[in-house]
Amino acid sequence: MGKPALKEVIPESHPHPLEDLVRMDRIPHIWCSGCGTGSIFTACLTAMKNTGIDYNDFAMVSGIGCSGRGAGYINIDSFHTTHGRAIPFATGIKMAKPETNVIVFSGDGDLFAIGGNHFIHAARRNMDITVICVNNFIYGMTGGQAAATTPHNARSSTTMGGNPESPFNLPLLAYAAGATYVARWTMLHSRDLTDSIEEAINHKGFSFIEALSPCPINYGRRNKEKPLDSLKLYHDRTIIKNNADPGELAIDFRKKVILGKFVDVEKPCHDEEYGRMYLGETNE
Amino acid sequence: MKYWRVPLDLDEVQVTRGVVHIIEDRCKGCGYCIEYCSRGVLEFSKEFNKNGYHPPRVKAEDCLNCHYCELLCPEFAIFSTELVAETAV
Repeated sequence: MGKPALKEVIPESHPHPLEDLVRMDRIPHIWCSGCGTGSIFTACLTAMKNTGIDYNDFAMVSGIGCSGRGAGYINIDSFHTTHGRAIPFATGIKMAKPETNVIVFSGDGDLFAIGGNHFIHAARRNMDITVICVNNFIYGMTGGQAAATTPHNARSSTTMGGNPESPFNLPLLAYAAGATYVARWTMLHSRDLTDSIEEAINHKGFSFIEALSPCPINYGRRNKEKPLDSLKLYHDRTIIKNNADPGELAIDFRKKVILGKFVDVEKPCHDEEYGRMYLGETNE
Repeated sequence: MKYWRVPLDLDEVQVTRGVVHIIEDRCKGCGYCIEYCSRGVLEFSKEFNKNGYHPPRVKAEDCLNCHYCELLCPEFAIFSTELVAETAV
Protein backbone atom coordinates (compact mmCIF):
# COMPACT_ATOMS: atom_id res chain seq x y z
CA MET A 1 0.00 0.00 0.00
CA GLY A 2 1.63 3.21 -1.12
CA LYS A 3 1.78 6.35 0.94
CA PRO A 4 0.78 9.69 -0.60
CA ALA A 5 3.57 12.00 -1.74
CA LEU A 6 4.68 14.67 0.72
CA LYS A 7 4.67 18.39 0.10
CA GLU A 8 6.46 21.06 2.10
CA VAL A 9 4.38 23.59 4.02
CA ILE A 10 6.27 26.88 4.18
CA PRO A 11 5.19 29.36 6.86
CA GLU A 12 3.47 32.34 5.22
CA SER A 13 5.83 35.28 5.37
CA HIS A 14 8.48 34.82 8.05
CA PRO A 15 11.65 32.93 7.26
CA HIS A 16 12.20 32.06 10.94
CA PRO A 17 9.09 31.70 13.14
CA LEU A 18 10.41 34.14 15.78
CA GLU A 19 11.46 36.94 13.44
CA ASP A 20 8.39 39.01 14.28
CA LEU A 21 9.54 39.15 17.93
CA VAL A 22 13.22 39.85 17.34
CA ARG A 23 14.84 43.06 16.14
CA MET A 24 16.51 41.42 13.19
CA ASP A 25 18.66 44.46 12.44
CA ARG A 26 20.52 43.71 15.69
CA ILE A 27 21.21 40.07 14.80
CA PRO A 28 23.82 38.49 15.07
CA HIS A 29 23.73 39.21 18.80
CA ILE A 30 26.74 39.62 21.09
CA TRP A 31 26.41 36.23 22.80
CA CYS A 32 29.43 34.00 22.21
CA SER A 33 29.40 30.74 20.34
CA GLY A 34 28.20 28.11 22.82
CA CYS A 35 26.54 30.60 25.17
CA GLY A 36 23.18 29.38 26.46
CA THR A 37 21.60 32.81 26.85
CA GLY A 38 20.36 32.74 23.26
CA SER A 39 18.62 29.42 23.84
CA ILE A 40 16.91 30.72 26.97
CA PHE A 41 15.92 33.87 25.07
CA THR A 42 14.45 31.69 22.30
CA ALA A 43 12.55 29.67 24.91
CA CYS A 44 11.24 32.92 26.44
CA LEU A 45 10.09 34.28 23.06
CA THR A 46 8.46 30.97 22.15
CA ALA A 47 6.64 30.92 25.49
CA MET A 48 5.41 34.48 24.91
CA LYS A 49 4.16 33.43 21.50
CA ASN A 50 2.48 30.32 22.92
CA THR A 51 0.49 32.28 25.51
CA GLY A 52 -1.44 33.96 22.70
CA ILE A 53 -1.41 37.28 24.56
CA ASP A 54 -1.16 40.40 22.38
CA TYR A 55 2.48 41.53 22.10
CA ASN A 56 1.45 45.05 23.14
CA ASP A 57 0.50 43.69 26.56
CA PHE A 58 4.06 42.58 27.28
CA ALA A 59 7.04 44.51 28.55
CA MET A 60 10.52 43.13 29.00
CA VAL A 61 13.01 44.62 31.42
CA SER A 62 16.61 43.60 31.86
CA GLY A 63 19.60 44.88 33.74
CA ILE A 64 23.27 44.88 32.83
CA GLY A 65 25.24 41.87 31.71
CA CYS A 66 25.28 39.46 28.81
CA SER A 67 21.70 38.36 29.35
CA GLY A 68 20.75 41.99 30.00
CA ARG A 69 21.03 42.50 26.25
CA GLY A 70 17.79 40.54 25.91
CA ALA A 71 15.70 43.68 26.21
CA GLY A 72 17.60 45.20 23.30
CA TYR A 73 16.88 42.30 20.97
CA ILE A 74 13.16 41.94 21.52
CA ASN A 75 10.79 43.79 19.20
CA ILE A 76 8.21 44.82 21.82
CA ASP A 77 8.23 47.38 24.65
CA SER A 78 11.44 46.82 26.52
CA PHE A 79 13.74 48.53 28.96
CA HIS A 80 17.49 48.09 29.40
CA THR A 81 18.06 49.49 32.87
CA THR A 82 20.94 50.28 35.19
CA HIS A 83 22.87 47.51 36.86
CA GLY A 84 20.78 45.48 39.30
CA ARG A 85 17.70 47.68 38.96
CA ALA A 86 15.65 45.63 36.54
CA ILE A 87 13.11 44.62 39.20
CA PRO A 88 12.43 48.19 40.47
CA PHE A 89 11.77 49.32 36.87
CA ALA A 90 9.51 46.30 36.35
CA THR A 91 7.68 47.14 39.57
CA GLY A 92 7.16 50.67 38.31
CA ILE A 93 5.75 49.47 34.98
CA LYS A 94 3.45 47.04 36.76
CA MET A 95 2.12 49.68 39.16
CA ALA A 96 1.55 52.22 36.39
CA LYS A 97 -0.10 49.72 34.02
CA PRO A 98 -1.27 46.70 36.03
CA GLU A 99 -2.63 44.94 32.92
CA THR A 100 0.90 44.60 31.44
CA ASN A 101 2.68 41.25 31.64
CA VAL A 102 6.12 42.31 32.81
CA ILE A 103 9.01 39.93 32.21
CA VAL A 104 12.40 40.51 33.80
CA PHE A 105 15.12 38.77 31.77
CA SER A 106 18.45 39.14 33.47
CA GLY A 107 21.48 37.38 34.83
CA ASP A 108 22.50 36.01 38.19
CA GLY A 109 24.98 38.78 38.95
CA ASP A 110 22.46 41.47 38.12
CA LEU A 111 19.52 39.95 39.99
CA PHE A 112 21.25 38.43 43.01
CA ALA A 113 24.48 40.29 43.65
CA ILE A 114 23.93 43.98 42.96
CA GLY A 115 20.15 43.66 42.76
CA GLY A 116 19.66 41.13 45.54
CA ASN A 117 17.70 43.47 47.77
CA HIS A 118 15.24 44.35 45.03
CA PHE A 119 14.65 40.70 44.32
CA ILE A 120 13.77 39.71 47.88
CA HIS A 121 11.50 42.70 48.36
CA ALA A 122 9.64 42.21 45.08
CA ALA A 123 9.14 38.56 46.11
CA ARG A 124 7.98 39.61 49.58
CA ARG A 125 5.44 42.04 48.09
CA ASN A 126 4.35 39.39 45.57
CA MET A 127 4.62 41.78 42.63
CA ASP A 128 2.91 40.21 39.63
CA ILE A 129 6.04 39.94 37.46
CA THR A 130 7.92 37.03 35.86
CA VAL A 131 11.63 36.89 36.62
CA ILE A 132 13.84 34.74 34.40
CA CYS A 133 17.34 34.43 35.77
CA VAL A 134 20.01 33.23 33.35
CA ASN A 135 22.46 31.60 35.74
CA ASN A 136 25.88 31.11 34.17
CA PHE A 137 27.73 30.96 37.53
CA ILE A 138 29.95 33.97 36.80
CA TYR A 139 30.14 37.65 35.84
CA GLY A 140 30.52 36.91 32.14
CA MET A 141 30.52 40.34 30.52
CA THR A 142 32.95 42.06 32.89
CA GLY A 143 35.67 39.44 32.62
CA GLY A 144 34.81 36.38 34.65
CA GLN A 145 34.89 37.60 38.25
CA ALA A 146 33.43 35.36 40.97
CA ALA A 147 29.71 36.01 41.44
CA ALA A 148 27.25 35.16 44.18
CA THR A 149 26.42 31.95 42.31
CA THR A 150 29.94 30.72 41.49
CA PRO A 151 30.20 27.15 42.82
CA HIS A 152 32.56 26.36 45.69
CA ASN A 153 36.08 25.60 44.38
CA ALA A 154 35.35 26.92 40.87
CA ARG A 155 38.03 29.09 39.26
CA SER A 156 37.30 32.61 38.13
CA SER A 157 39.47 35.63 37.33
CA THR A 158 39.25 36.77 40.97
CA THR A 159 39.52 33.30 42.52
CA MET A 160 42.34 31.73 40.54
CA GLY A 161 42.92 28.99 43.13
CA GLY A 162 39.25 28.08 43.51
CA ASN A 163 36.30 29.87 45.04
CA PRO A 164 36.42 29.74 48.86
CA GLU A 165 32.80 30.88 49.16
CA SER A 166 29.56 28.97 48.86
CA PRO A 167 26.97 30.00 46.26
CA PHE A 168 23.38 31.07 46.76
CA ASN A 169 20.66 28.48 46.46
CA LEU A 170 18.44 30.67 44.29
CA PRO A 171 15.12 28.72 44.47
CA LEU A 172 15.45 28.55 48.27
CA LEU A 173 16.09 32.30 48.41
CA ALA A 174 13.05 32.99 46.21
CA TYR A 175 10.89 30.63 48.26
CA ALA A 176 12.02 32.09 51.57
CA ALA A 177 11.37 35.64 50.34
CA GLY A 178 7.81 34.69 49.39
CA ALA A 179 7.79 33.97 45.63
CA THR A 180 4.61 32.18 44.58
CA TYR A 181 6.07 30.32 41.59
CA VAL A 182 9.59 28.91 41.64
CA ALA A 183 11.15 26.62 39.02
CA ARG A 184 14.60 25.66 37.79
CA TRP A 185 15.57 24.31 34.35
CA THR A 186 18.65 24.31 32.18
CA MET A 187 18.96 25.66 28.65
CA LEU A 188 19.10 22.05 27.43
CA HIS A 189 15.63 21.32 28.84
CA SER A 190 14.20 23.80 26.32
CA ARG A 191 10.72 22.34 26.16
CA ASP A 192 10.24 22.20 29.93
CA LEU A 193 11.72 25.68 30.20
CA THR A 194 9.33 27.01 27.54
CA ASP A 195 6.31 25.40 29.21
CA SER A 196 7.46 26.70 32.58
CA ILE A 197 7.88 30.28 31.30
CA GLU A 198 4.43 30.11 29.71
CA GLU A 199 2.98 28.90 33.00
CA ALA A 200 4.84 31.63 34.89
CA ILE A 201 3.52 34.36 32.57
CA ASN A 202 -0.03 33.12 33.19
CA HIS A 203 0.62 32.79 36.92
CA LYS A 204 -0.70 35.63 39.07
CA GLY A 205 2.03 36.72 41.46
CA PHE A 206 5.81 36.74 41.65
CA SER A 207 7.22 33.99 39.44
CA PHE A 208 10.87 33.06 39.44
CA ILE A 209 12.57 30.73 36.97
CA GLU A 210 16.25 29.92 37.22
CA ALA A 211 17.72 28.73 33.91
CA LEU A 212 21.22 27.27 33.99
CA SER A 213 23.40 28.23 31.05
CA PRO A 214 26.99 27.53 30.04
CA CYS A 215 29.49 30.38 29.78
CA PRO A 216 32.20 28.81 27.61
CA ILE A 217 34.55 31.80 27.57
CA ASN A 218 34.74 33.13 31.10
CA TYR A 219 33.62 30.14 33.15
CA GLY A 220 34.29 27.17 30.89
CA ARG A 221 37.80 28.14 29.81
CA ARG A 222 39.04 28.50 33.41
CA ASN A 223 37.26 25.37 34.62
CA LYS A 224 38.15 23.14 31.68
CA GLU A 225 34.57 22.86 30.53
CA LYS A 226 33.79 23.06 26.82
CA PRO A 227 30.23 24.12 25.90
CA LEU A 228 29.26 20.58 24.96
CA ASP A 229 30.74 19.31 28.27
CA SER A 230 28.42 21.68 30.13
CA LEU A 231 25.46 20.38 28.16
CA LYS A 232 26.54 16.82 28.93
CA LEU A 233 26.56 17.72 32.64
CA TYR A 234 23.04 19.15 32.26
CA HIS A 235 22.01 15.94 30.56
CA ASP A 236 23.70 13.38 32.83
CA ARG A 237 23.84 15.01 36.24
CA THR A 238 20.34 16.43 36.58
CA ILE A 239 17.14 14.88 37.80
CA ILE A 240 13.64 16.29 37.54
CA LYS A 241 11.85 16.29 40.87
CA ASN A 242 8.81 18.56 41.02
CA ASN A 243 7.78 19.91 44.43
CA ALA A 244 11.21 19.10 45.86
CA ASP A 245 12.14 20.65 49.19
CA PRO A 246 13.81 24.02 48.32
CA GLY A 247 16.41 23.36 51.02
CA GLU A 248 17.98 20.52 49.02
CA LEU A 249 18.40 22.43 45.75
CA ALA A 250 22.02 23.54 46.11
CA ILE A 251 23.88 23.13 42.79
CA ASP A 252 26.66 20.59 42.95
CA PHE A 253 27.40 18.78 39.69
CA ARG A 254 29.35 16.07 41.53
CA LYS A 255 25.97 15.02 42.87
CA LYS A 256 22.67 15.32 41.02
CA VAL A 257 21.26 18.77 40.42
CA ILE A 258 17.50 18.91 40.96
CA LEU A 259 15.32 20.57 38.32
CA GLY A 260 11.59 21.10 38.24
CA LYS A 261 8.79 23.25 39.53
CA PHE A 262 9.14 23.65 43.26
CA VAL A 263 6.54 26.19 44.35
CA ASP A 264 3.18 27.10 42.78
CA VAL A 265 0.81 28.75 45.25
CA GLU A 266 -1.85 31.45 45.05
CA LYS A 267 -1.50 34.60 47.14
CA PRO A 268 -3.01 38.08 46.70
CA CYS A 269 -0.53 40.11 44.67
CA HIS A 270 0.63 43.64 45.30
CA ASP A 271 -1.23 45.54 42.57
CA GLU A 272 -4.55 43.92 43.60
CA GLU A 273 -4.06 44.72 47.28
CA TYR A 274 -2.87 48.25 46.52
CA GLY A 275 -5.83 48.89 44.23
CA ARG A 276 -8.25 47.55 46.82
CA MET A 277 -6.87 49.51 49.75
CA TYR A 278 -5.90 52.80 48.11
CA LEU A 279 -7.71 53.17 44.79
CA GLY A 280 -11.07 51.74 45.84
CA GLU A 281 -10.98 48.93 43.28
CA THR A 282 -12.95 45.82 44.03
CA ASN A 283 -11.54 42.33 43.58
CA GLU A 284 -14.05 40.57 41.43
CA MET B 1 13.50 3.32 11.40
CA LYS B 2 14.21 -0.16 12.79
CA TYR B 3 11.38 -1.67 14.76
CA TRP B 4 11.72 -4.30 17.45
CA ARG B 5 8.46 -5.74 16.16
CA VAL B 6 6.70 -4.49 13.04
CA PRO B 7 3.42 -2.72 13.93
CA LEU B 8 0.39 -4.20 12.19
CA ASP B 9 -0.79 -0.84 10.87
CA LEU B 10 2.63 0.29 9.67
CA ASP B 11 1.34 0.91 6.16
CA GLU B 12 -1.47 3.17 7.28
CA VAL B 13 0.30 5.28 9.91
CA GLN B 14 1.57 8.55 8.50
CA VAL B 15 4.65 9.67 10.44
CA THR B 16 5.16 13.43 10.56
CA ARG B 17 8.04 14.47 8.34
CA GLY B 18 9.85 17.76 8.31
CA VAL B 19 12.40 19.76 6.37
CA VAL B 20 15.26 21.52 8.16
CA HIS B 21 16.04 25.06 7.04
CA ILE B 22 19.43 26.46 7.99
CA ILE B 23 20.24 30.17 7.76
CA GLU B 24 23.96 29.58 7.39
CA ASP B 25 25.28 33.10 7.83
CA ARG B 26 23.73 33.46 11.29
CA CYS B 27 25.35 30.30 12.65
CA LYS B 28 28.18 30.56 15.20
CA GLY B 29 29.09 26.91 15.01
CA CYS B 30 28.30 25.80 18.58
CA GLY B 31 27.18 22.40 17.31
CA TYR B 32 24.27 22.03 19.76
CA CYS B 33 21.76 21.18 17.03
CA ILE B 34 24.12 18.55 15.62
CA GLU B 35 24.77 16.94 19.01
CA TYR B 36 21.20 16.98 20.28
CA CYS B 37 19.14 16.20 17.16
CA SER B 38 17.32 13.06 18.24
CA ARG B 39 17.39 11.71 14.67
CA GLY B 40 21.02 12.59 13.91
CA VAL B 41 19.97 14.54 10.85
CA LEU B 42 22.76 17.14 10.91
CA GLU B 43 26.53 17.29 10.62
CA PHE B 44 29.16 20.03 10.35
CA SER B 45 29.66 21.17 6.78
CA LYS B 46 33.14 21.54 5.34
CA GLU B 47 32.44 25.07 4.08
CA PHE B 48 32.75 28.25 6.12
CA ASN B 49 30.00 30.85 6.45
CA LYS B 50 30.71 34.58 6.17
CA ASN B 51 31.80 34.76 9.85
CA GLY B 52 34.22 31.85 9.51
CA TYR B 53 32.20 29.19 11.30
CA HIS B 54 31.23 25.77 10.02
CA PRO B 55 27.41 25.74 9.89
CA PRO B 56 25.50 22.46 10.08
CA ARG B 57 24.21 20.75 6.99
CA VAL B 58 21.57 18.11 6.49
CA LYS B 59 23.11 14.68 6.05
CA ALA B 60 19.98 12.52 6.16
CA GLU B 61 16.39 13.38 5.20
CA ASP B 62 15.10 11.92 8.44
CA CYS B 63 13.62 14.97 10.20
CA LEU B 64 10.44 14.41 12.23
CA ASN B 65 9.66 18.13 12.63
CA CYS B 66 10.07 18.06 16.43
CA HIS B 67 11.36 21.69 16.43
CA TYR B 68 13.98 20.91 19.10
CA CYS B 69 16.83 22.39 17.04
CA GLU B 70 14.71 25.51 16.55
CA LEU B 71 14.24 25.84 20.33
CA LEU B 72 17.85 25.04 21.22
CA CYS B 73 19.61 27.22 18.63
CA PRO B 74 20.85 30.42 20.32
CA GLU B 75 21.13 32.23 16.99
CA PHE B 76 17.68 31.92 15.36
CA ALA B 77 19.55 30.15 12.57
CA ILE B 78 17.68 26.86 12.17
CA PHE B 79 14.04 25.86 11.95
CA SER B 80 11.94 23.12 10.47
CA THR B 81 8.70 23.02 8.53
CA GLU B 82 6.29 20.17 8.11
CA LEU B 83 5.85 18.00 5.06
CA VAL B 84 2.19 17.12 4.59
CA ALA B 85 0.63 14.54 2.31
CA GLU B 86 -0.47 16.16 -0.93
CA THR B 87 -3.77 14.29 -0.88
CA ALA B 88 -4.63 15.74 2.54
CA VAL B 89 -4.53 19.33 1.27
